[in-house]
Amino acid sequence: MEAFQNLGFWGTLLVTVVLSALPLVFILLYALVTIYLEMKVAAHMQDRLAYMRTGWHGVLQPIADFIKLLQKEDIISVAADKKLFILAPYIVFMGTYGAYAAIPFSSIFIGANIDLGAFFIIGVSSLVVVGILMAGWASNNKWSIFGAVRSAAQMVSYEIPTALAVLIAVMITGSLNLQDVTKFQAGGIQNWLIFGGPLPLLQKILITPFTVITFLVLFVASLAEVNRTPFDLPEAESELVQGFFTEYSGMRWALFYVAEYANMFLVSAVAVALFLGGWESPFGSFLSGPIWGMFWFVIKGMVLVFLQIWLRWTLPRLRVDQLMYTSWKVLTPFLFVCIIAIGLILVL
Amino acid sequence: MIETKTLPTEYVTHPGAIKSSSGKTLRTDEMIINMGPQHPSTHGVLRLEIVVDGEIIVDVIPHIGYLHRCFEKHAEHMTNYQQVIPYCDRLDYCAAINEEHSYVLAVERMLKIELPERVEYIRVIMAELQRIASHLIAVGTFGIDAGAFTPFLYAFHDRELILSLFEMTCGARLLYNYFWIGGLSHDLPPQFVGKAKEFCTYFKPRIKEFNDLLTYNEIFIKRTANVGVLPKDVAINYACSGPMLRGSGINWDLRRDDPYSVYHKIEWEPKVGKGEMGTVGDVWDRHIVRMCEMEESVKIIEQALAALPEGNVQAAIPKRIRPDAGEIYARTETPRGELGFYIISDGSSTPYRVKGRAPAFVNLSVLPDISRGGMIADLVLIAGSVDIVLGQVDR
Amino acid sequence: MTAVGIYFNNIWLALSSIAIGMRITISHLFVRSVTTQYPDVKLKMPERARNRLYVNIDDCIGCDQCSMACPVDCITIETIKSTPDQDLGTTSTGQKKRLHVPVFDIDIAKCCYCGLCVPPCPTECIVMTDVYEFSEFDRKNLIYNFSVMTPRDIEQARAKLKKAEEEAAAKKAAAAAAAAAAKAAALPAAPPAEKPAGAPQSQQPSTPASDSPGQPGKS
Repeated sequence: MEAFQNLGFWGTLLVTVVLSALPLVFILLYALVTIYLEMKVAAHMQDRLAYMRTGWHGVLQPIADFIKLLQKEDIISVAADKKLFILAPYIVFMGTYGAYAAIPFSSIFIGANIDLGAFFIIGVSSLVVVGILMAGWASNNKWSIFGAVRSAAQMVSYEIPTALAVLIAVMITGSLNLQDVTKFQAGGIQNWLIFGGPLPLLQKILITPFTVITFLVLFVASLAEVNRTPFDLPEAESELVQGFFTEYSGMRWALFYVAEYANMFLVSAVAVALFLGGWESPFGSFLSGPIWGMFWFVIKGMVLVFLQIWLRWTLPRLRVDQLMYTSWKVLTPFLFVCIIAIGLILVL
Repeated sequence: MIETKTLPTEYVTHPGAIKSSSGKTLRTDEMIINMGPQHPSTHGVLRLEIVVDGEIIVDVIPHIGYLHRCFEKHAEHMTNYQQVIPYCDRLDYCAAINEEHSYVLAVERMLKIELPERVEYIRVIMAELQRIASHLIAVGTFGIDAGAFTPFLYAFHDRELILSLFEMTCGARLLYNYFWIGGLSHDLPPQFVGKAKEFCTYFKPRIKEFNDLLTYNEIFIKRTANVGVLPKDVAINYACSGPMLRGSGINWDLRRDDPYSVYHKIEWEPKVGKGEMGTVGDVWDRHIVRMCEMEESVKIIEQALAALPEGNVQAAIPKRIRPDAGEIYARTETPRGELGFYIISDGSSTPYRVKGRAPAFVNLSVLPDISRGGMIADLVLIAGSVDIVLGQVDR
Repeated sequence: MTAVGIYFNNIWLALSSIAIGMRITISHLFVRSVTTQYPDVKLKMPERARNRLYVNIDDCIGCDQCSMACPVDCITIETIKSTPDQDLGTTSTGQKKRLHVPVFDIDIAKCCYCGLCVPPCPTECIVMTDVYEFSEFDRKNLIYNFSVMTPRDIEQARAKLKKAEEEAAAKKAAAAAAAAAAKAAALPAAPPAEKPAGAPQSQQPSTPASDSPGQPGKS
């Protein structure tokens, strides 16, 4: 970003707009790829083939779907609260998209290299809850409001394990800046935070079990943050029809959908940046550099996204009380133990 | 935006009312939701009117009749007894063979026909294949109710294999019209026995895989154990039957207790719920009873295939079927429970009255009782575990 | 087990059973798909497949058995009697056809594919084929007319039948009239039959005798 300092007001504005649109391009491309991936993975896990007609093995299907959604009639029910109804998808998308600002895609590409990066992501992505509540309320549909309330409760409770897991990473690296956290893990796969980071050997051995647990907890909590199975209660199809977006159709629905997929990558990206070495190459300096960094970051993120898809097509769904149990009685206590243990080991 | 009625002041003394810290009573409201007839998990067009307090269910009122097709009246207006069979198929379209079996049995008992041995064996094989197919739908859709989609498609694949066996035999995949009065519409095709044996060997490991994937998944167990507990006495009082009843630990199976066909010549045993994961009679028990029954059915099929005698598949019956004036009730164990047909004959060639005792309808009636106090998510599972087919409920 | 034990056991069970489930789903990722690409690849229908009805109208004798057997009344058959001078040929099973079949309609939209119409057919001319792709945009197109008679044929057949019937009726009327006349002739003659009955009585037996040539041979 330093290269663009002397461009004057308009120049800066232009550069800002272009740069901030880049993640949007990424999100859209990524959403198309992931929707295709999800459908294909789901189908093959179920001994099916999924799309086969549009292009080679149906690769053009997500684009066709997108065009179809653009053309669809925009339906807003008479009893809906029109203003909120229209606003909600944008807020949901905004919350997700805003968080992309602090994602370190590569050593040179990060929207805003702010020192409170990790904190910023947690904060901004909480905005999604507001949008979901709005959508549920404005739809004037009882299933929607159920979905929205469930979602609010779920996201608020799962933010605690997420924040605690982030805190552990911050404790080890000593920084909230995701670039710094990533750089801390340089030097290959053994230096990733999930394996204790580049600490002295004894500390590393002691700390590794706890960081592995932390990573697992972060992954589970992130599943809940993005409403994926087994935590897909807000949109539980068999219970709440489609949850908070039951009443949405066409482009507004697509916006929720894209936001959901973008969110999947977002939480994966946070986990990657904090625990899996971010854009650092797993082979030390081999295949490293800004472009390779981007490659590694996206690959690592996609592996976690694939894991999410894999889980979704394997598991049943939890019940509301069990969801809360998991958050408050399993994930959070485990992280407290980890925090204390890691703190003690670091003091050693 | 959700409309709330102005409620009488007594309402605040309702147990659901919340007291704030200042001692002032906050009014909470019960909400009435319609689940269905257009809802993904009501297995057809069942409408459940649910009164909820938050997510807790206060009451459930099932509304039925959206699929009423006047089966009983139709039966009275056919030109002969044979024509009722296609209508029987359509009662429970997931287990058409079993429906036919019941009706055909009733008419044959009225006519006092002795059937060739081969017919009885083929009927047992077909009925058990159909039972597996029907249970596969039940457990598969139950998985969907719980949020797991993949087991459903595994179940459906195996069901398709069974349907192919049926199609090979009688030409139809869903509504067979295969059991005719006094026999069968077709004899088994020559390759049937081999294919059926092949299916049995293929299917056993698949049951295990299904169990690993869904039944013994800890999330699934936590969702289903201790949910929708149907105690023994309630089950009996509501005249539940089939896996509903056996799930509650009552060892009652018409194939053994009111034998028909050649079930008494085959070694098998009814499976009952034991409350392995929670209380006896919970949703998980009903699920496991279905899973175990499929294994038993495979055993029955294998034995029946081995013992299949040669012979004719049509007993000598009068050209015009005119049972003597009188009445009969014949019942069989369908995948959903006791299906009985009560037929009154006035001596003419059409039945004077046909009444079907639909197990799905009877089992459904217990739903409000066992789902009170649960959550919406539980209700979905309980309704799924009752395994209703609306064609049979509404007739 | 203590409460703590149960707590950790639950977590262990959850993780292990999730792992088992994930192993199963990932193994299916590399299994060949069991579905077929329908319009491109079609499954072979078994020999006994019960799909669209087909009527070989050349063999139909218009007996109405299939229509009677149908539980949903989807088969409509109308027939016209043939006259003795017409030869409608025989069916492939060797039965003589005696009826014109001007209307043989099957409303395939109503058909429930039960197959009950097939066995009663004496000439095996109504069969269920393995054709299952016959959707239409208009429901009316699902009423299949199997009769090959043109309206002219039908008219001719009707006319012929009418003529034949008229002739028969005329004959019958004539016969009836003759009989009545004879009766009338006989009746008034009956009371005085004892005395002058010789001539009419000798007349009467002679007429039947000439009509039925079998009788003289018999006697």
